[in-house]
Amino acid sequence: MNVLVYLVPMAIGLGLIGLIAFLWAMKTGQFDDLDGAAWRAISDDDLPDDEEKNRK
Amino acid sequence: MSEAQDLSHFVRHPAEGVAAMDLVVEGVHCGACIVTIEKGLARESGVRGARVNLASKRVTVEWSDGALKPEAILDRLSSLGYPAFPFAAASLDNVEANEERRLLRCLGVAAFGAMNVMLISVALWSGAADSSAWATRDFFHWLSALVVLPCLAYAGRPFFDSAMKALRQFAFNMDVPITIGVTLTLALSVAQTAQHAREAYFDSAIMLVLFLLAGRYLDQRMRRRTRDVASNLAAIKAETATKLADNGEARETPIAAILPGDLVLARAGDRIAVDGVVEDGRSEVDQSLVTGETAAIAVAPGAAVYAGTLNLAGALRIRVSKAAEGTLLDEVNTLLERAVEQRSSYVRLADRASRLYTPVVHLTALAAFVGWLLLGLAWQPALVIAITVLIITCPCALGLAVPAVQVVAAGAMFRHGVMLHAGDGLERLADVDTIVFDKTGTLTLPQPSLANRDDVSPEDLALAGSLALASRHPLAKAVAAAAGATTPLAAHEFPGQGVTIFHEGKRLKLGSPAYCKAEAEAATVAAQWPDASLIAFRGPERAVVFAVRQAPRPDAAAVIAGLAREGYAIEILSGDREEAVAEVARELGFTRYAAGLRPADKIARLKTLREAGRHVLMVGDGLNDAPALAAANVSISPISAAHLTQAQADAVFLGDRLAPVAEALHIARKAKALMVENLWLSAIYNCVAVPIAILGLATPLIAALAMSGSSLLVTGNALRARKARGRA
Repeated sequence: MNVLVYLVPMAIGLGLIGLIAFLWAMKTGQFDDLDGAAWRAISDDDLPDDEEKNRK
Repeated sequence: MSEAQDLSHFVRHPAEGVAAMDLVVEGVHCGACIVTIEKGLARESGVRGARVNLASKRVTVEWSDGALKPEAILDRLSSLGYPAFPFAAASLDNVEANEERRLLRCLGVAAFGAMNVMLISVALWSGAADSSAWATRDFFHWLSALVVLPCLAYAGRPFFDSAMKALRQFAFNMDVPITIGVTLTLALSVAQTAQHAREAYFDSAIMLVLFLLAGRYLDQRMRRRTRDVASNLAAIKAETATKLADNGEARETPIAAILPGDLVLARAGDRIAVDGVVEDGRSEVDQSLVTGETAAIAVAPGAAVYAGTLNLAGALRIRVSKAAEGTLLDEVNTLLERAVEQRSSYVRLADRASRLYTPVVHLTALAAFVGWLLLGLAWQPALVIAITVLIITCPCALGLAVPAVQVVAAGAMFRHGVMLHAGDGLERLADVDTIVFDKTGTLTLPQPSLANRDDVSPEDLALAGSLALASRHPLAKAVAAAAGATTPLAAHEFPGQGVTIFHEGKRLKLGSPAYCKAEAEAATVAAQWPDASLIAFRGPERAVVFAVRQAPRPDAAAVIAGLAREGYAIEILSGDREEAVAEVARELGFTRYAAGLRPADKIARLKTLREAGRHVLMVGDGLNDAPALAAANVSISPISAAHLTQAQADAVFLGDRLAPVAEALHIARKAKALMVENLWLSAIYNCVAVPIAILGLATPLIAALAMSGSSLLVTGNALRARKARGRA
């Protein structure tokens, strides 16, 4: 049963990491616009847009 | 005279050298719109960044201070095809948003606690508690305490705070039994653990709070969404006034930035945006939005004018007065204060239930304690049983029974174009048996339209329409709209009389019957349309008189008939003149109506109704209705209503149709039925659970199962409010 002494704190520690990630996501406003986030995932904003391409 | 919109009021300065502005944007609905707007704005030099919020249809733009004018951003957006309206968040919006964020944080913490405690509890349930190794069991219990106590100290705050607030005022609400339950559960569990006992209820306590927080959060989010839509609409309505600076320059300025003492210009055909005194100019003013009276009133220098009224004839320069300086506004405000005081404090269903619930449950627990003592049990195990009774009758189902239905029903109303302001409005709406309507702007459309179209030849109408385009008078606008005229004639306007032109060898005139020498025809038309305003047209061959009136909402007759069929007592209380009200009442099938009422008369009538034991729904839009709306049991206004009036209403409906009012009543009644059903469900659950607890058989596993079971049952039942469809 001694294994519990470090397994349980590890489990809780992982949970805490999850909680901190959630609070961080909230603080950076990631839950402010749930509809927009769905669309942003499929937008190609990492590619240069047409106007910039023409300039190059 | 240059004219530009003054946007400085909307510009924020989030950091040194950075300016920012929030805009409401029409027509954003997909990912492509986001990309177009954000990239389009980013190309503008000086713009540091733009961020679209698709959920609330708003854009936040940041730019280097001084690098460009805020007007340029509006221009850029409209050239991209998205008309935008500057938007200043009301302080109330921020409070609500903060509350929502706080609840979400609490929810996150509670979820973390519940998950980790379950990890331990599952081990305990599946045998760790029974093993002879009490050291392991105690270790698990102490771990649970370590996780749950700090989590609850944080996540339980919304309930503890609200309970404390209620108790400090010697009041009572749902949160009091919740707080007592949670605190006792934790205290018992810690005491049990310290004595190496088999059972501890940490998991029950945190699950209770988790479920309740989820309910609260959804409720808050629904209300925020409603408020977002309302403030977007307010921004799109763009309440601005033309402010005259000392140097004579006219600037379009948002209402919020106009101070008492400023001079404001109202042109003919404009809606007057402020309360004030006429400094200079003569005109006629349509006060229908304020008093319900449809006949125009002449104003001269020195006369008081009110926000929301329509300037008909000539330009006016108005000195803005402090709020409530005018006679009518004064009256409305004092009546309003009195009406709000008198509004009998409605006790929410949930609070009524908890008033009944708490003494019963607490007495049962006491009885269990005394009973077991008499049966010869030691006081400690007896106390444990008494507290388990409190735990298992946890107000979880009770706490969710009403809010869950509220969230679902408010969502259903939202889809039907009704926005609910007050949470308990739903319950009050369900009790309604009498509906009182205002006439102008509520039963009728806010814009006037042509009534006697069939009596006029199409050629005359077309010609009159083209002529009418030259005038800014609202009656002329109604004629132009009815004719569908697009090509204006270059006519000459005589303010206050009419427009005239020499067209194909004939003199054409459009204006007052006297101006067009059409008094005889006017008398005939007036007899036929007693509630209409008249505008005459002297055509090439004959004179025609148009009757322009505020037509009833397109579905008003059907909705009223439907409501009457369902057994609601309906009547009209209007500030307009007798003939006009009688006409609309006849057309829509009202048998009871009263005309020419002052705000105080309306309140008196509502009071009589309420004293007769009726539950009154008031539907009204005028400033004169605001006190009546506050005095009624529950109230609804159309979105076109005056500001003050909307603020008093429990709900606001959108669009030209009246059907949302009937729909709201249907949904509210269905919701109330579901709330009562839910309360009974949780009562039945308690009837089953309490004997188990009294017999001392409630293990932590049974407590946890029973609690989540009842919560899920109640929430599932609430979802049925989604399907609440009107039959009308």
